[in-house]
Amino acid sequence: MTVQTLKAGFIPLVDAAPLIAAAEIGFAEEEGLKLDLVKAPSWSTLRDMLAVGQIDAAHMLSPVPVAAALGLGGVSARFDAVSVLSVNGNVVGVSEALAGRMRAQGYGFDFSDAVAAGEALIAATDGRLRIGVPFPFSMHAELLYYWLGALGLPAPQGIDVRTVPPPLMAEAMAAGEIDAFCVGEPWGSIAVENGVGTLLLPGAAIWGFAPEKVLAVRHGWADDQPDMTSRLIRALWRAGRWLSQPGSRELIADVLARREYLNVSSEILERALTGAFVISAQGDRRTRDKFVTFYDGAANFPWRSQAAWIGQRLAERMGLDREGAISAAKSVFRSDVYRQALSGQLADLPGASEKLEGAIAEPTEVASASGTLILQPDRFFDGQTFDPSAPQR
Amino acid sequence: MIGPGWRQVILHCSIRLARRLVPVFLTSIMADTLSIVVVEKDRDQALLIVDSLRASGDHEIFVISEEAGLARRISERNPDIVLVDIASPSRDMLEELTLASSPMERPVAMFVDRSDQGLTKAAIEAGVSAYVVDGLQPDRIKPIIDAAIARFHMFHQVRTELAQTKRALQERKVIDRAKGILMKAQGIDEDAAYALLRKTAMAQGRKIVDVADALVTAAGLLS
Repeated sequence: MTVQTLKAGFIPLVDAAPLIAAAEIGFAEEEGLKLDLVKAPSWSTLRDMLAVGQIDAAHMLSPVPVAAALGLGGVSARFDAVSVLSVNGNVVGVSEALAGRMRAQGYGFDFSDAVAAGEALIAATDGRLRIGVPFPFSMHAELLYYWLGALGLPAPQGIDVRTVPPPLMAEAMAAGEIDAFCVGEPWGSIAVENGVGTLLLPGAAIWGFAPEKVLAVRHGWADDQPDMTSRLIRALWRAGRWLSQPGSRELIADVLARREYLNVSSEILERALTGAFVISAQGDRRTRDKFVTFYDGAANFPWRSQAAWIGQRLAERMGLDREGAISAAKSVFRSDVYRQALSGQLADLPGASEKLEGAIAEPTEVASASGTLILQPDRFFDGQTFDPSAPQR
Repeated sequence: MIGPGWRQVILHCSIRLARRLVPVFLTSIMADTLSIVVVEKDRDQALLIVDSLRASGDHEIFVISEEAGLARRISERNPDIVLVDIASPSRDMLEELTLASSPMERPVAMFVDRSDQGLTKAAIEAGVSAYVVDGLQPDRIKPIIDAAIARFHMFHQVRTELAQTKRALQERKVIDRAKGILMKAQGIDEDAAYALLRKTAMAQGRKIVDVADALVTAAGLLS
């Protein structure tokens, strides 16, 4: 097998781990690939680098390719999500002032109950809640709108969602520009370390199995380069499987900590990887099992129903035709390409490419190629389900 | 008049925005000068950009150097064009403007000239990105983008040269330290120490600086 070089872009976040592990631990090499990683300064720049062909693949917020397919945002490019790099991994935090008011009202910061956390947040807020998210099209924004909307805060009108780059989140909170944030690790923990924020909830408490980052390529690339695409998907699948083993955590934290990657101490990075968090400047500790998932429960499978959920949420907020948005969204999550890369050998694949989102309460065995696939809980905090074929909501 | 090519620069025009297109045209036809916002933290660089843009035509140029509340500051200015360094993390704040959430805001789109893919690519490679308000004619935008590309290209070159100089200095320092260690340990002079480093590097197929670096690290561990 000849070694092919691929350029892939990433944003310095814990969930860039699959790409970094594939490049550093040898999973790309196993597939005859050399991964050249490029650290991007912002999501828009990463997207544009991919659009103009400076890079071949990118670590991308799952709603970005969906938004592009709906013609939203400032680009004309189209992308395909050929696998899911990570599930969950975001954290919601509040400013010290807001945390103080919530505590005074008797809220205990359990880091798990989204209803109690949301009600306490709404009760302690006077005026319009200002929340920082890393990008207008992000799971962060979707989770916030879903969560606060379901608890009675009219979204998007009732909340002021602002874009703040993750490395500047703690700074924006210190400057009093935002009251809360939803951000990927390690940037929530950095706000805690800087004494400006208290962590309220893991994103997983809002949606138990939210596709967070995808591996994106230019639309058409996967079809023009099927072999390269398959190798890349497999390399990342292997990297995800390795990352899912508890024994890998310390090593990947050390690698991610390096200057060329996150340039953040490995002790802080380990919090997201182990789920053992320090949630406040006072040193309160909370744990969350499966804070971020790289492999378990067919995490890498790009379910068309996940894309459909994102599509219908965007359509609702932007006033687009819902049916059209859902069908455009589904076409972006390329479960067909993913199947082609992994069928018959490594991974067990689900029989279907769509599922009822939010319907799995306990780890559940589902029909698959070899009958052993166990899906993980994917409940929404309010118990709603989303049927991609009959969207009424 | 509106040129037939105007559509080529507009990539994004959501249904909600479409009904406001007509008044936006009128503004851009009537305006003689373009209003440009440059987002740049570094004061000297900002001045250089402003100079280049002035040379490309009579524009009203405003520099924003603060990252805080960037989207709001830009909305207040209501510019025709926004230029931003693509290396700046705050660029993502501009993406909010493409959504034009309030009726008072003018929709903007990232500049992509579909008739000339090379220009967009050149802009991204030079390290600048431009956001352009709906309805601006390409021939009015092009000179500005060209000037910005040329200027950012120079910044890029200066940065690369600076990085190279820094690296060369750093390498020189490491080699000097390694030579010092060898001179002391082996009782040889400077030329002989350098010759020894070079010989070792050649024999191992490595760079002199890598051999020197390994020696300095090892000496640090042993001392």
